[in-house]
Amino acid sequence: MSENQNNPADTSHEVTVTPEAGTAVGHPERFPDPGVPDHKHRLTDTDPRAAKRAERTVTILFVLSILGTVGSIVAYVMVPPDGTTSGVRLSTLLLGLCLAVSLLGIGIAGIHWAKSLMGDKEMVQERHPLATNEEDRAIAVQDLNEGLADSGVVGRRGVLKGAFFGALALFPLAIAVPLIGSVGGDWNVSKFKHTMWKNGTRLAIDPSGRPIKAADVTVGSVFHVIPETTEEFRSTHEWINEKSKAVVLMVRLNPEDLRTDQSPEGETWSHEGIVAYSKICTHVGCPVALYEQQTHHLLCPCHQSTFDIADSAKVVFGPANRRLPQLPITVDDEGYLVAQDDFAEPIGPSFWERLK
Amino acid sequence: MATKQRPSAVGKAADYLDQRTTIGVLVKELARKVFPDHWSFMLGEIALFSFVVLIASGFFLTMFFEPSMALVRFEGDYPPSMQGQLMSAAFSSTVDMSFEVRGGLLMRQIHHWSALIFIGSIVLHMFRIFFTGAFRKPREINWLVGLTMLILALAAGFTGYSLPDDVLSGNGLRIIDGVVKSIPVIGSYMSFLVFGSEFPGSHIIPRLFTLHIFVIPGILIALIALHLFLMVLQKHTQYPGGGRTDKNVVGYPALPVYVAKMTGNFFIIAGVLTLMGGTMAINNIWNYGPYDPAPVSAGTQPDWYILFVDGALRLMPGPGWEWVIGGYTLSMNILIPAVVVPGILFTILFAWPFLEARVTGDHREHHVLDRPRNRPVRTGIGVALFVAFLVCALAATNDIIATHFSLSIFAITWVLRVLLFVGPVFAFFVTKRVCLGLQRKDRELVLHGHESGRIVRFANGEYVEVHTPLDPQEVWLRTQHTSPRPLEIRPATDARGVRRQGYRSDRRWQRLSEFFYEDRVEPARPAELAAAHSHGEHDEIEARTPAAVGPGTAGQGTSGPRTAGPRTSGEGAAGPGEEPR
Ligand code: HEM
Ligand code: FES
Repeated sequence: MSENQNNPADTSHEVTVTPEAGTAVGHPERFPDPGVPDHKHRLTDTDPRAAKRAERTVTILFVLSILGTVGSIVAYVMVPPDGTTSGVRLSTLLLGLCLAVSLLGIGIAGIHWAKSLMGDKEMVQERHPLATNEEDRAIAVQDLNEGLADSGVVGRRGVLKGAFFGALALFPLAIAVPLIGSVGGDWNVSKFKHTMWKNGTRLAIDPSGRPIKAADVTVGSVFHVIPETTEEFRSTHEWINEKSKAVVLMVRLNPEDLRTDQSPEGETWSHEGIVAYSKICTHVGCPVALYEQQTHHLLCPCHQSTFDIADSAKVVFGPANRRLPQLPITVDDEGYLVAQDDFAEPIGPSFWERLK
Repeated sequence: MATKQRPSAVGKAADYLDQRTTIGVLVKELARKVFPDHWSFMLGEIALFSFVVLIASGFFLTMFFEPSMALVRFEGDYPPSMQGQLMSAAFSSTVDMSFEVRGGLLMRQIHHWSALIFIGSIVLHMFRIFFTGAFRKPREINWLVGLTMLILALAAGFTGYSLPDDVLSGNGLRIIDGVVKSIPVIGSYMSFLVFGSEFPGSHIIPRLFTLHIFVIPGILIALIALHLFLMVLQKHTQYPGGGRTDKNVVGYPALPVYVAKMTGNFFIIAGVLTLMGGTMAINNIWNYGPYDPAPVSAGTQPDWYILFVDGALRLMPGPGWEWVIGGYTLSMNILIPAVVVPGILFTILFAWPFLEARVTGDHREHHVLDRPRNRPVRTGIGVALFVAFLVCALAATNDIIATHFSLSIFAITWVLRVLLFVGPVFAFFVTKRVCLGLQRKDRELVLHGHESGRIVRFANGEYVEVHTPLDPQEVWLRTQHTSPRPLEIRPATDARGVRRQGYRSDRRWQRLSEFFYEDRVEPARPAELAAAHSHGEHDEIEARTPAAVGPGTAGQGTSGPRTAGPRTSGEGAAGPGEEPR
């Protein structure tokens, strides 16, 4: 190893990509590429009996596929879904299994065929550089230039050019304007700020629509509330839009448990411990529906924003930033709970013009 | 088949076509084209084939689905709980399709499972491309095409999920509405643009339907065609190995092996998806009920690919993050997780091939893939992104974790908040270390061979384990790569001491490049192997057992098991010797 002992290449860090390049003392920079590994023969290449066996297996798999298809037609005819959930499940299961057998049969047969019987010798092909060669590229550039020159766009005729690009750029407007104009309906984004609650609207139970008497609300009970309307209105699309904003969650606390609510100076927005808050989460708008008796916490199931009902529904945890707006309530002459007014601020998620 | 005199039917048909289309040229080009083989190349195929299954099952569904929000009273017999309920035609037709159309529920479930597998395989495929450096020149365009398809696939998934108009999908839409409204300046108008009125209005289902069955799949099909065309044009990459270079492609011919395997794979994937659809219930919408803005059920999660956004929304603390600027409201608590985070993620992904080429100073074509260990920083960043994705997705199940393990949801959320920042950084450093360690291990193996587990006793009583030298294929696998080094830049001032323009920017790139390539391990070189046999840590052994085998000297070693293998010749001939250490 005398050569190695005084080999300075040890400390060299230069990396070259040419494996042929040797160093001064006879060591190449890299180990040589040993070339494509030797081809290993499969059993089916050397043993005709094994090949025969593989052929048989492939055939059986194809036959299995045919049986699967036949089976699915039998299942279709013999096991119609009877409409019950379990009947539908059974029909689905049988159709699915048969179709799966029919597909998997073909698939596995194909793979087995390819792996055991088709040629498995690796082949080597050259890659060619992706860039066009210089000559062709020159011709291409020349063609382009000639084309441009022919069109007369280059250099001269500034007005023509301007008109041409102007026309191209503008024509989509003729389609876009009517489309965009109509696609947003009336574009009246101030609707976000109002709900259908107004002075005197009775609080009603969701979904029955029955108005609620204050006397029927026991301490600790939770009511999912909608504004009272006609049955007829409640079968329309407008109702779904209104309901999306107007739903309210009403709780009766022990009046001493109710530390604060959102009533401004000189007003009372709750009624003997009964408070009503918008059910639309101020985060991104899920209905807030999980109420915990002991803690008076109201939890949004979507991202776990947690509001304290005993303390103005302020956020105690989670991604929401604002408390749930309170619906000012009172009772009317007949003892029904009614709204004093709409919410004092927009309900639900924030938006750019919220405070404008 | 064909007799000698007359051409076969196939031959005639081919001739007919060729005389009219010159198709022979194309067939000549493609028929024996070589494709490399590796299990990880299957991931793209799974994406492709589940897309085909999606189209086929989706066609079935369009025959029965009614994309309308018109309110109807449910009239079917089953499920009885729904009798007389008011619901949209979309919901009622989906229930009818499940209960009354034979195979309807099967196709719905196949379609849903295929969507989940489709997006899953795309994401794994993307990671394969990322970790092996398949996005490098000339494949940057295909990387961009792929990412665009990923976004479209997510959009396809979400629009489809919303179509049945059940409670879950309606709430999903409502969350989207909340996110859209948080966009500064135009948010409220965007909400009207999407819904055609206030949420939910009566337009959204038909609009989503058009996107879901026409616009998105149409663009996807065009992009898939482009994706595959580029793949064939540029020829597939190959993993490193003997005989594989940047100038060739080693594999099996398209006809018959590749075509047979692809056809087989298609049927297997379709079969597995059918099996899933037939046996595993998914999205039983009649249990949720038609959309109603008031109810919501806890413990329901969106489809998996939306989890990370949902989780990010949950992790973001709310109070203090809604800013009012000049009377206008800016909801950073929504914008950051739902817009900024995915925005950053996709910006990094879109920019990656160009960023990496810039910090590597690399303009060559690459067709041999990287082993992930040989690019520690890239691999580390990939794993870090993956960990961040996982933490966010996990956060989307925090309520389930909480009830399942009786933990406090606040505690879990806090742990995950911390983990979101610490986890990826930790993952990055660990991965980078592991990669560098593996590279050192590669060097070690090449220079000293595999441990054979055989212990040999020297004359002086010392025990030494015998090491088996690597065969040339393995040596090549572990040494074929180059280890990039940080960029070198021209100095700040020229010969006359004048400050050079653009130095600062060069220096910034250099810093980034140092971050990538400062810690590096050189692949072992033949000279080092020769040296390893003669001196260094082997001095003691060598002193006792002078195995004097010079480089290039092929043949047997000197004495018994302590023979040093003649492993260093320029010709790479490796003898079957063993080397004591
Ligand atoms: C609709 C989704 C997609 C489909 C159907 C699809 C399909 C395929 C197929 C069949 C291949 C060849 C086999 C393979 O290498 O796996 C491939 C290659 C490739 N794909 Fe995708 N892909 C999709 C999305 C993506 C994404 C999201 C990316 C990256 C962001 C991507 C980047 C690439 C690249 C760079 C190649 C060339 C790989 C090479 O030659 O090694 N694709 N794709
Ligand atoms: S919508 Fe209530 S926490 Fe997100």
